[in-house]
Amino acid sequence: MTEATPRLATFPLARERAFDPPDELARRRDEAPVQRMTYADGHEGWLVTGYAEARAILADNRFSTRPELLHSPIPQRGEFNKEPLTPGFFLRMDPPEHTRYRRLLTGQFTVRRMKQLEPRIHEITESRLDAMEREGAPSDLVESFALPIPSLVICEMLGVPYEDREKFQRDSAVLVNLDSSMEDVRAAVQDLLSYLHGLVALKAKEPDDDMLSGLVMGGELTTEELGGVALLLLIAGHETTANMLGLGTFALLTNPGQLAVVRDDPAAVDNAVEELLRHLSIVHIGPTRTALEDVEIGGALIRAGESVTLSLGAANRDPGRFEGGDNLDVTRPAHGHLSFGHGIHQCLGQQLARIEMRIAYPALLRRFPNLRLAVPAREVPLRSKMAIYGVHRLPVLW
Amino acid sequence: MKIKADAGRCVGAGMCALTLPQVFDQSEDDGTVVVLDAEPPAALGPAVNRAVQLCPSGALSVEE
Ligand code: HEM
Ligand code: SF4
Repeated sequence: MTEATPRLATFPLARERAFDPPDELARRRDEAPVQRMTYADGHEGWLVTGYAEARAILADNRFSTRPELLHSPIPQRGEFNKEPLTPGFFLRMDPPEHTRYRRLLTGQFTVRRMKQLEPRIHEITESRLDAMEREGAPSDLVESFALPIPSLVICEMLGVPYEDREKFQRDSAVLVNLDSSMEDVRAAVQDLLSYLHGLVALKAKEPDDDMLSGLVMGGELTTEELGGVALLLLIAGHETTANMLGLGTFALLTNPGQLAVVRDDPAAVDNAVEELLRHLSIVHIGPTRTALEDVEIGGALIRAGESVTLSLGAANRDPGRFEGGDNLDVTRPAHGHLSFGHGIHQCLGQQLARIEMRIAYPALLRRFPNLRLAVPAREVPLRSKMAIYGVHRLPVLW
Repeated sequence: MKIKADAGRCVGAGMCALTLPQVFDQSEDDGTVVVLDAEPPAALGPAVNRAVQLCPSGALSVEE
Protein backbone atom coordinates (compact mmCIF):
# COMPACT_ATOMS: atom_id res chain seq x y z
CA MET A 1 0.00 0.00 0.00
CA THR A 2 1.34 3.42 -0.88
CA GLU A 3 1.19 6.15 1.69
CA ALA A 4 0.58 9.54 0.13
CA THR A 5 0.50 11.38 3.46
CA PRO A 6 2.66 10.77 6.51
CA ARG A 7 1.10 8.28 8.89
CA LEU A 8 -0.98 9.63 11.73
CA ALA A 9 0.67 9.82 15.11
CA THR A 10 -2.19 8.91 17.49
CA PHE A 11 -5.93 9.08 16.90
CA PRO A 12 -7.28 12.61 16.21
CA LEU A 13 -9.92 14.02 18.60
CA ALA A 14 -10.15 17.74 17.77
CA ARG A 15 -13.20 18.54 15.66
CA GLU A 16 -13.80 21.29 13.14
CA ARG A 17 -17.60 21.07 13.57
CA ALA A 18 -19.69 19.87 16.51
CA PHE A 19 -21.50 17.02 14.76
CA ASP A 20 -18.80 15.76 12.41
CA PRO A 21 -15.84 13.53 13.27
CA PRO A 22 -12.43 15.21 12.76
CA ASP A 23 -11.96 15.97 9.03
CA GLU A 24 -8.64 14.14 9.16
CA LEU A 25 -10.50 10.83 9.63
CA ALA A 26 -12.66 11.34 6.52
CA ARG A 27 -9.55 12.29 4.51
CA ARG A 28 -7.80 9.14 5.69
CA ARG A 29 -10.85 7.00 4.87
CA ASP A 30 -10.98 8.32 1.33
CA GLU A 31 -7.27 7.59 0.95
CA ALA A 32 -7.11 4.08 2.49
CA PRO A 33 -9.79 2.58 4.77
CA VAL A 34 -7.14 0.53 6.59
CA GLN A 35 -3.84 2.29 7.12
CA ARG A 36 -0.90 2.46 9.48
CA MET A 37 -1.08 4.66 12.56
CA THR A 38 1.53 5.25 15.25
CA TYR A 39 0.18 4.67 18.76
CA ALA A 40 0.94 6.73 21.86
CA ASP A 41 3.59 4.26 23.04
CA GLY A 42 5.30 4.19 19.62
CA HIS A 43 3.57 0.95 18.53
CA GLU A 44 3.06 0.77 14.75
CA GLY A 45 -0.55 -0.35 14.53
CA TRP A 46 -3.54 0.45 12.34
CA LEU A 47 -6.38 2.92 11.83
CA VAL A 48 -9.62 1.62 10.30
CA THR A 49 -12.10 4.12 8.86
CA GLY A 50 -13.99 2.11 6.20
CA TYR A 51 -17.43 0.63 6.95
CA ALA A 52 -16.90 -2.85 5.52
CA GLU A 53 -13.47 -3.17 7.10
CA ALA A 54 -14.62 -1.98 10.55
CA ARG A 55 -17.58 -4.36 10.45
CA ALA A 56 -15.37 -7.27 9.40
CA ILE A 57 -12.95 -6.66 12.27
CA LEU A 58 -15.71 -6.39 14.89
CA ALA A 59 -17.20 -9.69 13.66
CA ASP A 60 -13.85 -11.51 13.71
CA ASN A 61 -12.87 -13.26 16.93
CA ARG A 62 -9.24 -13.34 15.83
CA PHE A 63 -9.24 -9.79 17.17
CA SER A 64 -9.07 -9.57 20.95
CA THR A 65 -10.41 -6.88 23.28
CA ARG A 66 -8.20 -7.81 26.26
CA PRO A 67 -6.61 -4.69 27.77
CA GLU A 68 -3.19 -6.23 28.37
CA LEU A 69 -2.82 -6.76 24.60
CA LEU A 70 -3.99 -3.28 23.58
CA HIS A 71 -1.87 -0.27 22.70
CA SER A 72 -3.50 3.06 23.40
CA PRO A 73 -4.46 5.10 20.30
CA ILE A 74 -4.40 8.33 22.35
CA PRO A 75 -1.77 9.71 24.72
CA GLN A 76 -4.14 9.37 27.70
CA ARG A 77 -4.97 6.13 29.45
CA GLY A 78 -2.11 4.01 28.13
CA GLU A 79 -1.12 2.90 31.63
CA PHE A 80 -4.67 1.95 32.48
CA ASN A 81 -4.48 -1.06 30.16
CA LYS A 82 -1.77 -2.50 32.37
CA GLU A 83 -3.97 -2.52 35.48
CA PRO A 84 -5.49 -5.90 36.35
CA LEU A 85 -8.98 -6.13 34.83
CA THR A 86 -11.85 -5.77 37.31
CA PRO A 87 -13.51 -9.22 37.60
CA GLY A 88 -16.85 -9.26 35.79
CA PHE A 89 -15.97 -6.36 33.43
CA PHE A 90 -16.81 -8.48 30.37
CA LEU A 91 -16.59 -5.62 27.85
CA ARG A 92 -12.84 -6.29 27.96
CA MET A 93 -12.95 -10.11 27.84
CA ASP A 94 -12.76 -12.60 24.96
CA PRO A 95 -14.74 -15.84 24.67
CA PRO A 96 -15.23 -18.09 26.57
CA GLU A 97 -15.06 -15.78 29.65
CA HIS A 98 -17.07 -13.10 27.84
CA THR A 99 -19.73 -15.63 26.79
CA ARG A 100 -20.36 -16.72 30.35
CA TYR A 101 -21.19 -13.22 31.64
CA ARG A 102 -23.05 -12.13 28.55
CA ARG A 103 -25.32 -15.21 28.69
CA LEU A 104 -26.19 -14.46 32.29
CA LEU A 105 -27.45 -11.01 31.27
CA THR A 106 -28.95 -11.19 27.79
CA GLY A 107 -32.25 -12.59 29.08
CA GLN A 108 -32.71 -9.33 31.00
CA PHE A 109 -32.19 -7.11 27.92
CA THR A 110 -34.41 -8.75 25.29
CA VAL A 111 -36.54 -6.65 22.99
CA ARG A 112 -39.65 -7.91 24.83
CA ARG A 113 -38.30 -7.12 28.31
CA MET A 114 -37.34 -3.63 27.22
CA LYS A 115 -40.80 -3.05 25.73
CA GLN A 116 -42.30 -3.85 29.12
CA LEU A 117 -40.38 -0.88 30.53
CA GLU A 118 -42.05 1.57 28.13
CA PRO A 119 -44.82 2.78 30.48
CA ARG A 120 -42.33 3.45 33.27
CA ILE A 121 -39.95 5.30 30.90
CA HIS A 122 -42.88 7.43 29.70
CA GLU A 123 -43.68 8.26 33.32
CA ILE A 124 -40.10 9.20 34.14
CA THR A 125 -39.88 11.36 31.00
CA GLU A 126 -43.13 13.20 31.73
CA SER A 127 -42.09 13.89 35.30
CA ARG A 128 -38.79 15.40 34.11
CA LEU A 129 -40.71 17.59 31.65
CA ASP A 130 -43.09 18.69 34.44
CA ALA A 131 -40.10 19.61 36.58
CA MET A 132 -38.60 21.65 33.74
CA GLU A 133 -41.87 23.52 33.35
CA ARG A 134 -42.05 24.20 37.07
CA GLU A 135 -38.47 25.41 37.29
CA GLY A 136 -38.83 27.54 34.14
CA ALA A 137 -36.49 28.57 31.34
CA PRO A 138 -33.60 28.82 30.78
CA SER A 139 -32.52 25.31 31.65
CA ASP A 140 -29.46 23.16 31.10
CA LEU A 141 -31.03 20.27 29.21
CA VAL A 142 -28.23 17.88 30.19
CA GLU A 143 -28.86 18.45 33.89
CA SER A 144 -32.65 18.63 33.72
CA PHE A 145 -33.48 15.98 31.10
CA ALA A 146 -30.72 14.09 29.25
CA LEU A 147 -28.85 12.76 32.28
CA PRO A 148 -31.66 12.06 34.77
CA ILE A 149 -33.80 9.92 32.45
CA PRO A 150 -31.25 7.17 31.67
CA SER A 151 -29.80 7.42 35.19
CA LEU A 152 -33.20 6.81 36.78
CA VAL A 153 -33.97 3.97 34.40
CA ILE A 154 -30.69 2.09 34.92
CA CYS A 155 -30.87 2.66 38.71
CA GLU A 156 -34.35 1.17 38.88
CA MET A 157 -33.41 -1.76 36.64
CA LEU A 158 -30.27 -2.61 38.56
CA GLY A 159 -31.64 -1.76 41.99
CA VAL A 160 -29.22 1.09 42.73
CA PRO A 161 -30.82 3.80 44.93
CA TYR A 162 -31.16 6.96 42.79
CA GLU A 163 -30.48 9.03 45.93
CA ASP A 164 -26.87 7.86 45.62
CA ARG A 165 -26.52 9.36 42.15
CA GLU A 166 -24.27 12.24 43.13
CA LYS A 167 -21.71 9.73 44.23
CA PHE A 168 -21.71 7.50 41.16
CA GLN A 169 -22.24 10.31 38.66
CA ARG A 170 -19.16 12.05 40.04
CA ASP A 171 -17.01 8.90 39.94
CA SER A 172 -18.28 8.02 36.52
CA ALA A 173 -17.48 11.51 35.22
CA VAL A 174 -13.88 11.02 36.44
CA LEU A 175 -13.71 7.66 34.63
CA VAL A 176 -14.85 9.01 31.25
CA ASN A 177 -12.74 12.19 31.45
CA LEU A 178 -9.62 11.45 29.42
CA ASP A 179 -7.69 14.13 31.27
CA SER A 180 -8.23 12.52 34.69
CA SER A 181 -4.96 11.43 36.29
CA MET A 182 -4.27 7.72 36.79
CA GLU A 183 -4.55 8.21 40.55
CA ASP A 184 -7.99 9.77 40.19
CA VAL A 185 -9.18 7.03 37.84
CA ARG A 186 -7.94 4.32 40.17
CA ALA A 187 -9.60 6.01 43.16
CA ALA A 188 -12.91 6.42 41.31
CA VAL A 189 -12.96 2.73 40.32
CA GLN A 190 -12.20 1.66 43.89
CA ASP A 191 -14.79 4.02 45.28
CA LEU A 192 -17.50 2.77 42.92
CA LEU A 193 -16.60 -0.86 43.50
CA SER A 194 -16.69 -0.58 47.27
CA TYR A 195 -20.07 1.15 47.00
CA LEU A 196 -21.37 -1.63 44.73
CA HIS A 197 -19.94 -4.40 46.93
CA GLY A 198 -21.87 -2.88 49.84
CA LEU A 199 -25.00 -2.90 47.71
CA VAL A 200 -24.43 -6.56 46.78
CA ALA A 201 -24.19 -7.46 50.48
CA LEU A 202 -27.45 -5.60 51.09
CA LYS A 203 -29.23 -7.44 48.26
CA ALA A 204 -27.99 -10.78 49.61
CA LYS A 205 -29.69 -9.98 52.92
CA GLU A 206 -32.81 -8.32 51.55
CA PRO A 207 -33.31 -9.30 47.91
CA ASP A 208 -35.66 -7.11 45.93
CA ASP A 209 -37.29 -7.33 42.53
CA ASP A 210 -34.28 -5.92 40.63
CA MET A 211 -31.50 -7.19 38.37
CA LEU A 212 -28.72 -7.02 40.94
CA SER A 213 -30.80 -9.02 43.45
CA GLY A 214 -31.56 -11.56 40.72
CA LEU A 215 -27.86 -11.95 39.93
CA VAL A 216 -26.96 -12.21 43.61
CA MET A 217 -29.62 -14.86 44.21
CA GLY A 218 -28.65 -16.70 41.01
CA GLY A 219 -25.47 -17.56 42.88
CA GLU A 220 -23.26 -17.89 39.81
CA LEU A 221 -21.10 -14.84 40.41
CA THR A 222 -18.81 -13.87 43.28
CA THR A 223 -19.17 -10.51 45.00
CA GLU A 224 -16.13 -9.26 43.03
CA GLU A 225 -17.68 -10.34 39.75
CA LEU A 226 -21.04 -8.82 40.67
CA GLY A 227 -19.26 -5.53 41.42
CA GLY A 228 -17.61 -5.51 37.99
CA VAL A 229 -20.82 -6.36 36.15
CA ALA A 230 -22.77 -3.69 38.05
CA LEU A 231 -20.00 -1.14 37.41
CA LEU A 232 -20.13 -1.81 33.67
CA LEU A 233 -23.93 -1.62 33.50
CA LEU A 234 -24.17 1.49 35.64
CA ILE A 235 -21.61 3.48 33.65
CA ALA A 236 -22.56 2.18 30.19
CA GLY A 237 -26.22 2.58 31.10
CA HIS A 238 -26.27 6.30 31.81
CA GLU A 239 -23.29 8.05 30.20
CA THR A 240 -24.18 6.84 26.72
CA THR A 241 -27.91 7.46 26.36
CA ALA A 242 -27.51 10.75 28.25
CA ASN A 243 -25.06 11.98 25.63
CA MET A 244 -27.24 10.82 22.75
CA LEU A 245 -30.15 12.76 24.24
CA GLY A 246 -28.08 15.91 24.77
CA LEU A 247 -26.14 15.90 21.50
CA GLY A 248 -29.13 14.61 19.52
CA THR A 249 -31.35 17.46 20.73
CA PHE A 250 -28.57 19.93 19.91
CA ALA A 251 -28.33 18.49 16.38
CA LEU A 252 -32.09 18.74 15.89
CA LEU A 253 -32.21 22.32 17.22
CA THR A 254 -29.72 23.33 14.55
CA ASN A 255 -31.70 21.45 11.85
CA PRO A 256 -35.28 22.74 12.24
CA GLY A 257 -36.60 20.78 9.26
CA GLN A 258 -35.37 17.50 10.76
CA LEU A 259 -36.63 18.51 14.18
CA ALA A 260 -40.13 19.05 12.78
CA VAL A 261 -40.19 15.50 11.40
CA VAL A 262 -39.30 13.99 14.79
CA ARG A 263 -41.84 16.21 16.57
CA ASP A 264 -44.75 15.79 14.16
CA ASP A 265 -44.52 12.32 12.65
CA PRO A 266 -44.68 9.46 15.16
CA ALA A 267 -44.06 6.95 12.36
CA ALA A 268 -40.71 8.59 11.60
CA VAL A 269 -39.30 8.44 15.12
CA ASP A 270 -37.80 4.92 15.14
CA ASN A 271 -35.75 5.58 12.03
CA ALA A 272 -34.84 9.08 13.18
CA VAL A 273 -33.27 7.55 16.29
CA GLU A 274 -31.16 5.22 14.11
CA GLU A 275 -30.08 8.16 11.95
CA LEU A 276 -29.12 10.24 14.99
CA LEU A 277 -27.11 7.27 16.30
CA ARG A 278 -25.38 6.90 12.93
CA HIS A 279 -24.74 10.57 12.34
CA LEU A 280 -23.49 11.38 15.83
CA SER A 281 -21.49 8.20 16.64
CA ILE A 282 -20.90 9.19 20.27
CA VAL A 283 -18.43 6.33 20.83
CA HIS A 284 -15.81 8.46 19.09
CA ILE A 285 -12.60 6.66 20.00
CA GLY A 286 -12.27 3.08 18.87
CA PRO A 287 -13.15 0.36 19.75
CA THR A 288 -9.54 -0.85 19.70
CA ARG A 289 -8.72 -4.53 19.21
CA THR A 290 -5.49 -6.53 18.86
CA ALA A 291 -4.89 -9.27 16.29
CA LEU A 292 -4.29 -12.69 17.88
CA GLU A 293 -2.99 -14.05 14.55
CA ASP A 294 -2.14 -12.60 11.13
CA VAL A 295 -5.33 -11.39 9.43
CA GLU A 296 -5.84 -9.76 6.04
CA ILE A 297 -8.44 -6.99 6.01
CA GLY A 298 -9.10 -4.67 3.09
CA GLY A 299 -5.83 -5.60 1.40
CA ALA A 300 -3.74 -4.93 4.52
CA LEU A 301 -1.93 -7.68 6.40
CA ILE A 302 -2.43 -7.12 10.12
CA ARG A 303 0.16 -9.09 12.04
CA ALA A 304 -0.46 -10.93 15.31
CA GLY A 305 0.12 -8.50 18.18
CA GLU A 306 -0.75 -5.36 16.22
CA SER A 307 -3.54 -3.11 17.49
CA VAL A 308 -6.31 -1.76 15.27
CA THR A 309 -8.34 1.31 16.21
CA LEU A 310 -11.67 1.84 14.50
CA SER A 311 -13.41 5.13 13.91
CA LEU A 312 -17.12 4.31 14.12
CA GLY A 313 -17.83 7.89 13.11
CA ALA A 314 -15.84 7.66 9.88
CA ALA A 315 -17.23 4.17 9.13
CA ASN A 316 -20.80 5.38 9.68
CA ARG A 317 -20.25 8.05 7.03
CA ASP A 318 -18.48 5.84 4.51
CA PRO A 319 -20.01 6.90 1.16
CA GLY A 320 -19.77 3.26 0.07
CA ARG A 321 -22.43 2.37 2.64
CA PHE A 322 -24.35 5.59 3.43
CA GLU A 323 -24.74 7.96 0.50
CA GLY A 324 -24.37 11.61 1.53
CA GLY A 325 -23.50 10.31 4.98
CA ASP A 326 -22.28 13.69 6.19
CA ASN A 327 -25.85 14.99 6.15
CA LEU A 328 -28.35 14.35 8.90
CA ASP A 329 -31.42 12.94 7.15
CA VAL A 330 -33.86 11.34 9.57
CA THR A 331 -35.76 9.73 6.70
CA ARG A 332 -32.83 7.83 5.17
CA PRO A 333 -32.61 4.07 5.86
CA ALA A 334 -30.04 4.20 8.66
CA HIS A 335 -30.10 0.58 9.86
CA GLY A 336 -26.79 -1.20 9.73
CA HIS A 337 -24.87 1.66 11.37
CA LEU A 338 -22.07 0.64 13.71
CA SER A 339 -22.86 2.99 16.60
CA PHE A 340 -23.64 0.07 18.94
CA GLY A 341 -20.66 -1.87 17.61
CA HIS A 342 -20.96 -5.25 15.87
CA GLY A 343 -19.96 -8.82 16.64
CA ILE A 344 -20.09 -10.50 20.02
CA HIS A 345 -19.62 -7.27 22.01
CA GLN A 346 -22.43 -5.42 20.23
CA CYS A 347 -24.11 -3.26 22.84
CA LEU A 348 -26.04 -5.26 25.41
CA GLY A 349 -28.15 -2.22 26.33
CA GLN A 350 -29.06 -1.14 22.79
CA GLN A 351 -32.73 -2.11 22.96
CA LEU A 352 -33.05 -0.14 26.19
CA ALA A 353 -31.24 2.86 24.71
CA ARG A 354 -33.51 2.76 21.63
CA ILE A 355 -36.67 2.81 23.73
CA GLU A 356 -35.37 5.63 25.92
CA MET A 357 -34.58 7.76 22.86
CA ARG A 358 -37.77 6.86 20.98
CA ILE A 359 -39.75 8.12 23.96
CA ALA A 360 -37.63 11.07 25.10
CA TYR A 361 -36.96 13.03 21.88
CA PRO A 362 -40.58 13.39 20.70
CA ALA A 363 -41.89 13.95 24.25
CA LEU A 364 -39.47 16.85 24.72
CA LEU A 365 -40.18 18.42 21.33
CA ARG A 366 -43.95 18.14 21.78
CA ARG A 367 -43.97 19.53 25.29
CA PHE A 368 -41.87 22.52 24.23
CA PRO A 369 -42.66 23.23 20.56
CA ASN A 370 -40.64 26.45 20.87
CA LEU A 371 -37.55 24.80 22.29
CA ARG A 372 -34.42 26.68 21.22
CA LEU A 373 -30.81 27.27 22.22
CA ALA A 374 -30.26 29.90 24.90
CA VAL A 375 -26.72 30.60 23.63
CA PRO A 376 -25.14 30.74 20.16
CA ALA A 377 -24.45 27.20 18.90
CA ARG A 378 -20.68 27.74 18.89
CA GLU A 379 -20.76 28.40 22.65
CA VAL A 380 -22.17 24.98 23.53
CA PRO A 381 -19.29 23.15 25.30
CA LEU A 382 -18.36 19.92 23.51
CA ARG A 383 -17.07 16.71 25.08
CA SER A 384 -14.03 16.22 22.81
CA LYS A 385 -11.87 15.10 25.72
CA MET A 386 -14.30 12.57 27.16
CA ALA A 387 -14.45 8.85 26.33
CA ILE A 388 -18.06 9.38 25.20
CA TYR A 389 -18.73 12.39 22.95
CA GLY A 390 -21.60 14.80 23.53
CA VAL A 391 -22.22 18.20 25.10
CA HIS A 392 -21.24 19.17 28.64
CA ARG A 393 -24.22 21.54 28.86
CA LEU A 394 -27.08 22.52 26.59
CA PRO A 395 -28.70 25.80 27.69
CA VAL A 396 -32.23 25.99 26.26
CA LEU A 397 -35.29 28.27 26.31
CA TRP A 398 -38.90 27.59 25.33
CA MET B 1 -36.80 -19.99 2.16
CA LYS B 2 -35.71 -21.76 5.34
CA ILE B 3 -34.16 -19.95 8.30
CA LYS B 4 -31.41 -21.54 10.34
CA ALA B 5 -30.40 -20.14 13.71
CA ASP B 6 -27.39 -21.18 15.74
CA ALA B 7 -28.29 -20.36 19.35
CA GLY B 8 -24.74 -21.27 20.37
CA ARG B 9 -23.34 -18.29 18.43
CA CYS B 10 -26.16 -15.91 19.33
CA VAL B 11 -25.20 -13.07 21.71
CA GLY B 12 -28.77 -11.98 22.42
CA ALA B 13 -28.43 -8.57 20.83
CA GLY B 14 -32.05 -8.70 19.68
CA MET B 15 -31.54 -7.23 16.21
CA CYS B 16 -33.59 -10.08 14.69
CA ALA B 17 -36.52 -9.67 17.10
CA LEU B 18 -36.42 -5.90 16.59
CA THR B 19 -36.41 -6.21 12.81
CA LEU B 20 -39.00 -8.96 12.34
CA PRO B 21 -40.92 -9.86 15.49
CA GLN B 22 -43.33 -12.13 13.56
CA VAL B 23 -40.44 -14.44 12.77
CA PHE B 24 -37.88 -14.00 15.55
CA ASP B 25 -38.19 -13.90 19.31
CA GLN B 26 -35.71 -14.25 22.17
CA SER B 27 -35.81 -16.81 24.96
CA GLU B 28 -36.97 -15.49 28.33
CA ASP B 29 -34.17 -17.45 29.86
CA ASP B 30 -30.92 -16.35 28.24
CA GLY B 31 -32.09 -13.98 25.51
CA THR B 32 -30.89 -16.18 22.65
CA VAL B 33 -32.81 -16.36 19.40
CA VAL B 34 -36.02 -18.34 19.05
CA VAL B 35 -37.30 -18.79 15.50
CA LEU B 36 -41.09 -18.57 15.54
CA ASP B 37 -41.54 -19.29 11.86
CA ALA B 38 -38.65 -21.07 10.15
CA GLU B 39 -40.33 -20.98 6.74
CA PRO B 40 -41.94 -17.54 6.51
CA PRO B 41 -43.94 -16.43 3.47
CA ALA B 42 -41.83 -15.28 0.52
CA ALA B 43 -43.13 -11.73 0.96
CA LEU B 44 -41.04 -11.46 4.13
CA GLY B 45 -37.88 -12.39 2.23
CA PRO B 46 -36.31 -8.92 2.16
CA ALA B 47 -37.00 -8.36 5.86
CA VAL B 48 -35.56 -11.79 6.72
CA ASN B 49 -32.44 -10.98 4.73
CA ARG B 50 -32.12 -7.69 6.54
CA ALA B 51 -32.36 -9.44 9.93
CA VAL B 52 -29.67 -11.91 8.83
CA GLN B 53 -27.47 -8.97 7.76
CA LEU B 54 -28.00 -7.08 11.01
CA CYS B 55 -27.31 -10.03 13.31
CA PRO B 56 -23.97 -9.13 14.93
CA SER B 57 -22.85 -12.66 15.73
CA GLY B 58 -23.47 -14.45 12.43
CA ALA B 59 -25.98 -16.76 14.14
CA LEU B 60 -28.58 -16.54 11.34
CA SER B 61 -28.60 -17.93 7.84
CA VAL B 62 -31.14 -18.60 5.10
CA GLU B 63 -31.38 -21.58 2.77
CA GLU B 64 -33.28 -21.16 -0.46
C1 HEM C 1 -27.04 5.33 22.86
C2 HEM C 1 -26.53 4.66 23.80
C3 HEM C 1 -25.43 3.65 23.69
C4 HEM C 1 -24.40 3.55 22.78
C5 HEM C 1 -24.09 4.46 21.59
C6 HEM C 1 -23.64 2.36 23.16
C7 HEM C 1 -22.53 1.89 22.46
C8 HEM C 1 -21.88 0.70 22.73
C9 HEM C 1 -20.81 0.14 21.92
C10 HEM C 1 -20.21 0.78 20.67
C11 HEM C 1 -20.43 -1.04 22.49
C12 HEM C 1 -19.36 -2.01 21.98
C13 HEM C 1 -18.00 -1.73 22.50
C14 HEM C 1 -16.95 -2.65 21.92
O1 HEM C 1 -17.20 -3.38 20.95
O2 HEM C 1 -15.83 -2.65 22.45
C15 HEM C 1 -21.26 -1.22 23.67
C16 HEM C 1 -21.15 -2.28 24.54
C17 HEM C 1 -21.89 -2.38 25.72
N1 HEM C 1 -22.92 -1.55 26.13
FE1 HEM C 1 -23.64 0.06 25.15
N2 HEM C 1 -24.21 1.81 24.28
C18 HEM C 1 -25.31 2.55 24.62
C19 HEM C 1 -26.18 2.31 25.68
C20 HEM C 1 -26.04 1.31 26.61
C21 HEM C 1 -26.92 1.07 27.73
C22 HEM C 1 -28.18 1.87 28.05
C23 HEM C 1 -26.39 0.00 28.42
C24 HEM C 1 -26.85 -0.70 29.68
C25 HEM C 1 -27.96 -0.77 30.17
C26 HEM C 1 -25.21 -0.44 27.72
C27 HEM C 1 -24.41 -1.49 28.10
C28 HEM C 1 -23.38 -2.02 27.36
C29 HEM C 1 -22.61 -3.19 27.75
C30 HEM C 1 -22.80 -4.01 29.01
C31 HEM C 1 -21.67 -3.42 26.72
C32 HEM C 1 -20.63 -4.54 26.66
C33 HEM C 1 -21.17 -5.67 25.85
C34 HEM C 1 -20.18 -6.80 25.65
O3 HEM C 1 -18.97 -6.62 25.81
O4 HEM C 1 -20.65 -7.91 25.33
N3 HEM C 1 -25.02 0.39 26.63
N4 HEM C 1 -22.13 -0.15 23.78
S1 SF4 D 1 -29.68 -10.76 16.06
FE1 SF4 D 1 -28.32 -12.51 16.10
S2 SF4 D 1 -27.24 -12.33 18.04
FE2 SF4 D 1 -29.00 -10.98 18.16
S3 SF4 D 1 -30.60 -12.20 19.14
FE3 SF4 D 1 -30.86 -12.41 16.94
S4 SF4 D 1 -29.66 -14.24 16.42
FE4 SF4 D 1 -29.01 -13.63 18.43
